[in-house]
Amino acid sequence: MDTGLQQLLDQHAARELLRLVVVGSVDDGKSTLIGRLLYECDGLFEDQISAVRKASAKRAAAVSVPSEVLVQGLKAAAGADEEELDFSLFTDGLRAEREQGITIDVAYRYLSTARRKVIVADTPGHIQYTRNMATGASTADAAVILVDARLGVLPQTRRHAYIASLLGIPYLAVAVNKMDLTGFDRDTFERIGTELVDFAHALGFEGVRLFPVSASRGDNITRPSARTPWHEGGTLLAWLESLPHQRRQDDAPFRFPVQYVLRPHQDYRGLAGQIASGTVRVGDEIQVHPSGRRTRVAGIDTFDGPLEEAASPASVTLRLADEVDASRGDVLAHVDQAPLSLHQLDAMLVWFGEQPLDCSRRYLVKQASRTAPAHIERVLWRKELADLSEQPAESLSLNDIGRVRVVCRRPLLTDPYRDNRRTGAFIIIDALTHDTVGAGMVLGPVEDSAKGEVASSLVTQPERRGRLGQPGAIVLLPATPDASSRAFQLERRLFDLGWHVATAPGDVEVALALAAAGLVALVHSDTPQTRRALRADARDAGAAWLELEASEDLEQHLDQILTLREAAR
Amino acid sequence: MSEHTFARASHLSEMEAESIHILRETVAEFANPVMLYSIGKDSQVLLHLARKAFHPAPLPFPLLHVDTTWKFRDMYAFRDAFVARHGLRLIIHRNQRALAEGINPFDHGSQKYTHAMKTQALLEALAAHGFDAAFGGARRDEEKSRAKERVFSFRDRHGQWDPRRQRPELWNLFNGRVDAGESMRVFPLSNWTELDVWHYVLRERIPVVPLYFAAERPVIDRGGTLLMVDDERMRLRPGEKPELRRVRFRTLGCYPLSGAIESSATTVETVIHEMVNARQSERQGRLIDHDEEGSMELKKREGYF
Repeated sequence: MDTGLQQLLDQHAARELLRLVVVGSVDDGKSTLIGRLLYECDGLFEDQISAVRKASAKRAAAVSVPSEVLVQGLKAAAGADEEELDFSLFTDGLRAEREQGITIDVAYRYLSTARRKVIVADTPGHIQYTRNMATGASTADAAVILVDARLGVLPQTRRHAYIASLLGIPYLAVAVNKMDLTGFDRDTFERIGTELVDFAHALGFEGVRLFPVSASRGDNITRPSARTPWHEGGTLLAWLESLPHQRRQDDAPFRFPVQYVLRPHQDYRGLAGQIASGTVRVGDEIQVHPSGRRTRVAGIDTFDGPLEEAASPASVTLRLADEVDASRGDVLAHVDQAPLSLHQLDAMLVWFGEQPLDCSRRYLVKQASRTAPAHIERVLWRKELADLSEQPAESLSLNDIGRVRVVCRRPLLTDPYRDNRRTGAFIIIDALTHDTVGAGMVLGPVEDSAKGEVASSLVTQPERRGRLGQPGAIVLLPATPDASSRAFQLERRLFDLGWHVATAPGDVEVALALAAAGLVALVHSDTPQTRRALRADARDAGAAWLELEASEDLEQHLDQILTLREAAR
Repeated sequence: MSEHTFARASHLSEMEAESIHILRETVAEFANPVMLYSIGKDSQVLLHLARKAFHPAPLPFPLLHVDTTWKFRDMYAFRDAFVARHGLRLIIHRNQRALAEGINPFDHGSQKYTHAMKTQALLEALAAHGFDAAFGGARRDEEKSRAKERVFSFRDRHGQWDPRRQRPELWNLFNGRVDAGESMRVFPLSNWTELDVWHYVLRERIPVVPLYFAAERPVIDRGGTLLMVDDERMRLRPGEKPELRRVRFRTLGCYPLSGAIESSATTVETVIHEMVNARQSERQGRLIDHDEEGSMELKKREGYF
């Protein structure tokens, strides 16, 4: 291989990943800015450019246009080269977006610079789609916020800056756009800049930089502009390349949410997952949460061979020295660095649901590899984005942000979001519609639990067992068509034998409540999700558990259940 | 190329870890997943990542090849050899009714043909086997409507995609909840670019169909598109005469609909070199993308990958 090619390959291989989110209000020129970045970083191909050239001409020729656009159209007709291109057409990919001239949904673009592979989240500015802005911001290392030089800082600008800070983005660039339409006026730029910089510092960004730009003409994007001789801050691209690589999590406490158990044969049991933070070595003493069992790491396995050490964000498989119970949803951590284990927690929440948050409704919380039924106990306050004040609120509506108290039926193994963006984040799923209705960031344990409040039942499980003469237990029937009638037959037989027993269709909450009250709950469900949730929840709640096999008949099932009472004696 | 250089390759390793996470997450959350296998380079990379994700266990899902019967002969040969060598479970599905009706890319046009042999065939296969999640190798850099695609892309009971009703997707937390009959398309390579794919093919020494590398092949020039005459079924127009030219393919589909490019790149390294200097996008050679503006989006709404 020639050395030039070798260098090229090495250079590309050594590129670091940077995730960027571009935000701003409607018509601030986000799509144009991103189109320009792609164009000037050679992220576009000739056929894409010519397609946009055609569409630009078509759009310019169509319907009534404001005079400002007409002037551009005339320029295009006069043969001006790249200024005739409507750069936003490189990015607005949906038909409805092109029809309406707005960005509806977050889109991801990719560009390469000499040092970086940049994933750009192109987010909608329209207030109706704020949730999509939060989506783009959740993984970003840096944000660019656009402000129209003629309009200055808008409420939506402040909202976006706040969301970016809330989601933990450390670096912010403010691009004051359309400077060409203000004659590159330095005073305008500085007035807007000062206002936003003060606001951004109050929000806690680590670094804030200002750029006077024209996205449509290309000033200070990748090339310094001769029209802003007073600007000494360089170009947007130079800033992107200068940012420190995303904060590595190698030194943070080790967190390994178990994603999947690999069990190809009897002699191999591997816990597969992606290291959320920290570093792990073979021989390390670790603890499985929530069970608290301790063991050592016996091996770190990968397809490419065993490793002595692995760090975030690697996806690996861990083998443990002892046969300890660990499955999906559990978290491995070093013995002296346990995560928080929280049934109740306070969190910041961005609400996405078309229906407002309903404290009486059942939701699911997905955090790391764990999904837990939950409800929102109450809304502590709602953020008023106009002045960043905290307003009392009963609920949160679409795009509201607030502080809430979440109660989960299984404990979340988590960290405060400010310490760990991976383990401190969660989404809220509507249990009924399955829509993702919220994004949450863990603040920590609840702060003001009332004195004298009773936290758990005053009747213990051994007391119940003594009175009823049986353990509370969940018995899951096989997923067969006759599961429900089989459950009733078993219930009858057990009842006649003097058992305290009840039958429930596959409702996890009901089953747990029955078992907790000391009853034997005969449960059937043919949906894998419910069966999985039942197993996991019974395990976390420490309830006695029995799963019956489809191959067995009624008598065999009965015999199996009867062993529960013997085991309890 | 030394292993050492690549051990420090930051963005490729990070994307590999991310893709493996997505693969495992899907298998953990769905009862009956399947991996779409189209024999192209993206499929090969996806399959390689899947083998990494579940090593040392075998793949916990089968592969599904939706066969239009018009793929290049080299692709079929590669598929059969690869599947046999690695002991993979492969389901091959063809739209039998469309085949019986003789639907082909020449008489019926690329739109009708694609709808019948790809979209319809795929929906048939997913329904017949009751798959609730299907992995695809699509990348967001391929096409503008793909750039809007989620990693976990929800499909209704009819396999349809509604871009306005996509679930927000934050961090690496994927919402995999579906009701009976609904399904998810899962795209672990969403954040990869064409260049990343080739770098990864090089780094991992992943075998790909030889058609990606330049060789003398019989082609005709039809309105600027170089079409390879792969077998006797190719319909030549008056005056068209196949001639041997040194070409290769950047993207592989059905041979009457895949444009070749003139090239001298015969190794992965030279392919990468050529691509860095290329001024045409990968999908430029895909005739089915250019039926009209927004064409891919419409196909996806109907259930196309």
